[in-house]
Amino acid sequence: MENKVDAGLAIYVHWPFCRSKCPYCDFNSHVRDNVDEARWSRALTAEIAHTAARLESPRRRATSIFFGGGTPSLMPPSVAAAVIDAIARHFTLADDAEITLEANPTSAEAGSFRGFRDAGVNRLSLGVQALNDTDLRALGREHSAAEALAALDAAQTVFPRASFDLIYARPGQTLNDWRGELKQALALAGTGAGAGHLSLYQLTFEQGTPFFQARRRGAIQPLDDDVAADMFDLTQDMCEAAGLPAYEISNHAAPGRECRHNLNYWRYGEYAGIGPGAHGRLRLQGALCAVKAHRSPEKWLAAVESKGHGGEPPARLDQRTRAEEALMMGLRLREGVGAERFEAATGVPLRTCLPASARQDLIEGGFLAPGADGLRATAKGRNVLDAVLGELAASLQIPAEVPVVS
Amino acid sequence: MAETRAAKADAGGSDLGRIRNFAIIAHIDHGKSTLADRLIEMCGGLESREMKAQVLDTMDIERERGITIKAQTVRLTYTATNGETYHLNLMDTPGHVDFAYEVSRSLAACEGSILLVDASQGVEAQTLANVYQAIDANHEIIIALNKIDLPAAEPERIRQQIEDVVGLDASEAIPISAKTGAGVADLLDALVQRLPAPTGRRDAPAKALLVDSWYDPYLGVVVLVRVHDGVLRKGMRIRMMAAGSVHTVERVGIFSPKTTQTEELGPGEIGFVTASIKEVADTHVGDTITDDRNPAAEALTGFQPSVPVVFCGLFPADSADFNELRESLARLRLNDSSFHFETESSPALGFGFRCGFLGLLHLEIIQERLEREFNLNLVTTAPSVVYRLRMTDGTETELHNPVDYPDVTKIARVQEPWIKATVMVPDEYLGAVLKLCEDRRGIQLDLTYSGSRAVVQYRLPLNEVVFDFYDRLKSVSRGYASFDYHLDGYEDGQLVKVSILVNSEPVDALSLIVHRERAEARGRAICERLKKLIPRQLFKIPIQAAIGGKVIARETISAMRKDVTAKCYGGDVSRKRKLLDKQKRGKKRMRTFGKVDIPQEAFIAALRLGEE
Repeated sequence: MENKVDAGLAIYVHWPFCRSKCPYCDFNSHVRDNVDEARWSRALTAEIAHTAARLESPRRRATSIFFGGGTPSLMPPSVAAAVIDAIARHFTLADDAEITLEANPTSAEAGSFRGFRDAGVNRLSLGVQALNDTDLRALGREHSAAEALAALDAAQTVFPRASFDLIYARPGQTLNDWRGELKQALALAGTGAGAGHLSLYQLTFEQGTPFFQARRRGAIQPLDDDVAADMFDLTQDMCEAAGLPAYEISNHAAPGRECRHNLNYWRYGEYAGIGPGAHGRLRLQGALCAVKAHRSPEKWLAAVESKGHGGEPPARLDQRTRAEEALMMGLRLREGVGAERFEAATGVPLRTCLPASARQDLIEGGFLAPGADGLRATAKGRNVLDAVLGELAASLQIPAEVPVVS
Repeated sequence: MAETRAAKADAGGSDLGRIRNFAIIAHIDHGKSTLADRLIEMCGGLESREMKAQVLDTMDIERERGITIKAQTVRLTYTATNGETYHLNLMDTPGHVDFAYEVSRSLAACEGSILLVDASQGVEAQTLANVYQAIDANHEIIIALNKIDLPAAEPERIRQQIEDVVGLDASEAIPISAKTGAGVADLLDALVQRLPAPTGRRDAPAKALLVDSWYDPYLGVVVLVRVHDGVLRKGMRIRMMAAGSVHTVERVGIFSPKTTQTEELGPGEIGFVTASIKEVADTHVGDTITDDRNPAAEALTGFQPSVPVVFCGLFPADSADFNELRESLARLRLNDSSFHFETESSPALGFGFRCGFLGLLHLEIIQERLEREFNLNLVTTAPSVVYRLRMTDGTETELHNPVDYPDVTKIARVQEPWIKATVMVPDEYLGAVLKLCEDRRGIQLDLTYSGSRAVVQYRLPLNEVVFDFYDRLKSVSRGYASFDYHLDGYEDGQLVKVSILVNSEPVDALSLIVHRERAEARGRAICERLKKLIPRQLFKIPIQAAIGGKVIARETISAMRKDVTAKCYGGDVSRKRKLLDKQKRGKKRMRTFGKVDIPQEAFIAALRLGEE
């Protein structure tokens, strides 16, 4: 790293609290009556200081900050300000750093938008999820469609950039329902100075969620895979036509409007996680390591207060794991996995560990498109990426590593 | 007191007039084992603290399923009302058609039988077959109506049914309750009064029937015998007349039911012999044992070598268990020489064994014992019968495995085994049973009634019966039909081999031999089933059923259209990693057909499912 320019790292900050838990969500979110916000602010800043100190060089460049959750818009703007300040003190915060906050579109939260902007947040990601009240209720959301539209309007006015999320392929939804809703969404996302980004996720049934249980009981009937696939195809076409092509499986943006923080994950760049349950991929003592914090808010808080950080010991990632992760993340992107980035992260050239012969079937089948500078999944391949990755992982040729004894 | 007198009788040689040898013929659940327990208890064979239910059924599986797999015997010392002490030898016979030959040898060792019938259920098909065997063996038959303590008992109706269906005079039938012991004393007395004593000459050259044999970890191979002439004693060199082998007797004795050594076994007696025989496979049920130095001129009649009738492949679900399966099969064979196995390999299922059995129940028992006693998870391929192929060059071969089916142009004729089956069923289900038999190419021989129960006789091709016939019969009759069969020769058949192709490659484990008229329906059923079982993949997969090069049924599994994690959140790569690891683990259990990988579970499920 000595002679190279610091590529920088992305910093993720997790606020684990929600007003209520949505029945489809399996993220690390918790409902608590009272949150000692000052104490949480101290703990988050303490962990930032600790993370900066364990890195190989001082004051590394931070290119983006992302407040995720939970519901970080429930956090007082002063906490966001303290966190951003701490990052600016312990890292070199880039002048053009992208600072995103996830928010729920309730009127109460919309009221704090200006406070967050003043704290330094320059991009808002709004969890709209649906544009009709019936589906919002079914998804367990606490806001109405009208509230969401008002909040979006406020966000687009207040922040330089704003995006919103929708969940589709809902039980009972038809292709036509979705066509109408997406048309409306594209109109909303494509206008306004700060617009130009849209995240469209298909509903999944994750273990441990009330929706998962309901599906098992038969109380919820998920959409047929073929219908969901038709919706996915429709989504690609409509977004493309509206000037918001997919740059990742579920993310669409006008050129230049992509979320840089998330792009860094998918390009397998370095990132730090702050807060309970946050994950990081950091270069420590010359090796790329996985860093993971305690999931439980209380356990994390106690750990930070006693030893400065809430993480479990970092785990070194071997070459095969790095190669698999680089593929898993990179093939989600329309641009694919860059050969140069892949080699930098794994230490092996892409063409060596995945020779064209090993992926001939997938190329012939139209799932992968090889290029001189890397490997890309086609639109068809991105639709079935998990299966494609299974095939690729099975044919990865990585020489056995000699374990490093330190 | 009785013990001492019995010991004296043993020491002084046997007195034929005071021996009675008998078997009990009964349907499953009609109380045979309970009656045996009661007889043992009433004759003081075991202290009550030693009694546990079903003393004679020593294997767990025998106790649980209420069936007897190995012949067992027990000598009861009984003091009759006339004051005389008798040795009553109870022969507990295997209770199923698969062991028909073993049953016939057990019956040949006795002079009489108790026909034990549940006084509410009545006679079942299986009882019928065995009672006819007993009649063929010239047995005196004593009828006992059991479970008369139950409110549902209708001894009079059942008495009438026995007369109608079996054709025996049931006027002297003895009502008993094996459970409470009521009437059992009368039954014991009837055994002494009504059964003939055995005959035989003590001074003639030794001649004994080999009834059964098993492996005992302490004694080695134990041979159960019925002595007809002469005497067997320790130190004697005995010759197995059919096998031609010679052994030196180490021990002789009886079961009380505890193993008890005696000086000798004389004419009319039933007991055991050990003679440092290495393997059960060295002994053959029905063989005649004689004195090597002074052999009998002629063997006892009726010896038949055991021949497997039904074959299937047994594969370990986890290929790492192959060696364990081999060892377990070898250990089971120690005690059961009637099944055969040899290594077989299949691209779909890996390495396993082709195994031959006496019948379907025999197959089930072995499979269950492997899974239970040896803790193995098995995949069983569809059972197949033994076909006889007459080739164009005039030679004849037996076909045990559809995979080995030769080039059709070289086959002149195919013959398949037929059976004669008896089904007893309440008349409300008769229509469904007849339809099932007709669907299975059955030819009706006879149809009679006893009250509201029908007794139907059919000739059926065995290959139609090994294919889920029992299950269908149970289901169409709501469990009320009983079924029994015996082999009834070979006949030419319009038989073809149907191959199943997945992604244009044959899946040998699923190939089958079937009647030409049924080929298309069966082939289509398997294709449809596989289509449901094989998950969609990146590429579309054709599934075909074919006779030779001609496709008779076709299904296509369309390519998957969607398989992607929608949201990859907050840099949590580990969540996605888990998914990938799961896929990688899954791939290890896949079998590759061309460029598609099919989970082994799909084949297993295809093999386990019935026709519907």
